[in-house]
Amino acid sequence: MHSEAQAAAAAPNADALRRDAWRERAGLAGLALPALALVTVLMLLPVGWLFYLSVLSDSGQFSLEHYRRMWEQPSYARTFVTTFQVSFLTTAICLLLGYPLSYFLSELPKRAANLCMIAVLLPLWTSLLVRTYAWLVLLQRKGLINNWGIEWGLWSEPLALVHNLTGTLIGTVHVMLPFMVLPLYAAMRSIDRDYLKAAANLGATPARAFWQVFFPLSLPGLTTGCLIVFILCLGFYVTPAVLGGGKVIMVSSRIANDIEIFFNWGAASALGVVLLALTILLIALASKAVKLQDVLRAREGA
Amino acid sequence: MARNSSLPIHVRQLTKRYGAVHALDHIDLDIKSGEFLTLLGPSGSGKTTLLTVLAGFTRPDSGSLKFGDEEVITTPPHKRGVGMVFQNYALFPHMTVGANVGFPLKLRGVDKQEIHHRVEAALEMVRLGGYGARGVDQLSGGQRQRVALARAMVFEPRIMLMDEPLSALDKQLREHMQIELRQLHDKLGMTTVYVTHDQREALTMSDRIAVINGGRIMQLDTPRAIYERPANRFVAEFIGESAFVPVQVRQGVANLGGRALKAESALGADGARLLMLRPEHLQILDAGRAHDGFNVLDARVVATIYQGDSSLLQATLSDGTAVSVRCASGGAGSAAALRPGDAVALGLAPAHTVLLSVEAPAHAPAEKRAETEAAA
Repeated sequence: MHSEAQAAAAAPNADALRRDAWRERAGLAGLALPALALVTVLMLLPVGWLFYLSVLSDSGQFSLEHYRRMWEQPSYARTFVTTFQVSFLTTAICLLLGYPLSYFLSELPKRAANLCMIAVLLPLWTSLLVRTYAWLVLLQRKGLINNWGIEWGLWSEPLALVHNLTGTLIGTVHVMLPFMVLPLYAAMRSIDRDYLKAAANLGATPARAFWQVFFPLSLPGLTTGCLIVFILCLGFYVTPAVLGGGKVIMVSSRIANDIEIFFNWGAASALGVVLLALTILLIALASKAVKLQDVLRAREGA
Repeated sequence: MARNSSLPIHVRQLTKRYGAVHALDHIDLDIKSGEFLTLLGPSGSGKTTLLTVLAGFTRPDSGSLKFGDEEVITTPPHKRGVGMVFQNYALFPHMTVGANVGFPLKLRGVDKQEIHHRVEAALEMVRLGGYGARGVDQLSGGQRQRVALARAMVFEPRIMLMDEPLSALDKQLREHMQIELRQLHDKLGMTTVYVTHDQREALTMSDRIAVINGGRIMQLDTPRAIYERPANRFVAEFIGESAFVPVQVRQGVANLGGRALKAESALGADGARLLMLRPEHLQILDAGRAHDGFNVLDARVVATIYQGDSSLLQATLSDGTAVSVRCASGGAGSAAALRPGDAVALGLAPAHTVLLSVEAPAHAPAEKRAETEAAA
């Protein structure tokens, strides 16, 4: 008793301060609670349910028949190939279009850049469905683009611009471009232009300054943009379904068919689970690749 | 490191305007080969603009710029072959220290083995030998500064530009690096143009100082001449502390408090002038003793401030001008015995008696001009 009193005297208010620190931490954790609850209810539970449905046979028994069918029927493999193909091409085209655009925007004065950014984001404020059908109007056989093209003598027969891969890509790229430009622009804005001046001063031509200094420094934005676009594309439904016109069948369309036409929740769930697994695998690989890049960069010149 | 020759820099009629403001107003400047020249001025004076024109980052409106005999005014920065140390160092964050320093050599197609040797030699030179494998973010401010220096000199440029390279360092490190930079310059001998707004730094390091204000060179001279014989009031105020007393020169003689002013140098043409009074040039004269050889100013004590290594006496002259006098903390001529309100005689040696023209420079800041006019 005596020694405790002594200890308390030597470290006055130690307990009260410890309790205070704990309360502060608890308060902070409390801020994350609503989001955590939401994720649990809206995300983890449905995914769990999905997984559960995917391992039930039509008669309600445990079975892997949905997965087995996916493995055995080549049409499923084709669907996955198409999905990855569309996602990959969309990402690549978005990158080719978005990188120079972001660079241009990042060189503008802040006010002008903000105005341009609004223009880039404007499509996101209008309905996806409206935009997609608008493309249909523009791209179809007797659409605006084919009419003009023939009228001006650029081509004589109507081009097949829609209900195929071309149409799908035009639509997806249009929708996805802002998701590429946003992170790229942010990354490029944060690159101190003195780095480029320093590179030039040390003897780098503008091209070498770009590839050896600017481009590596823009990689975080590039990786983020590509990942976002690619992953959004993997699960994209509306635009490929409308502009692909049944010719470009992605996993999402197949899931919709399974549910709407065949009422086969098990098959749809299995597709969803495989897509989710592939997506997670891909993110893991991508983040590994980025880390590997860091390691390689650190080694260079050492 | 073997040195190739350094180059002189010739600037003629260099002009750059931003809207109505002259960042550079018809600048003429000759920098000698191997010289350490400092551009000194307040922020917005145009000193950094001049440096970025030398580096090729700023395109002037008109003028000529020669490195040696070669006109380089339209040469892009990557072909100028000048080294530059940036204010924020601008070390590439995605490269190691070694890759940063080796970057200019790699661009020049130097083979790997030699790059390695020269990088190591450059790092040794700034006393960072063995740091090549480190990341830039693992370095302290002073170390980054040195890496930036090593990177700028590793390709042996004949001209070196430095844009306030020490401004991000704390005072102690800054003073240390000033001496180190100067020693490095003496060893390598490249023509160096150094930008700073720190007058003490400029005085410590330079062969010559160009004091810049309003896009014009106010004075170009050695540190001693700039400090002791400033060309005008702006220079006198910007470098060191100073009070000014208006005097009239008539037939080569100036009167101060009824006595003819004794000066070592000629007073110049007749007209209104300002007598420059620096705190360390004034001294407290013992009452009742003859003060032959000194110009005497009668003053009244306002306060004495003890500052450790010295004391500062604040006083007002009979015409109301506030002056400061720096004196030794103890011993003779001490300010310790003086009380506010005491009368005191201040002495100014003829060697330190400097008259400045009243006219403010045409591009001096407005408030400075107003002060000058009030004093006149």
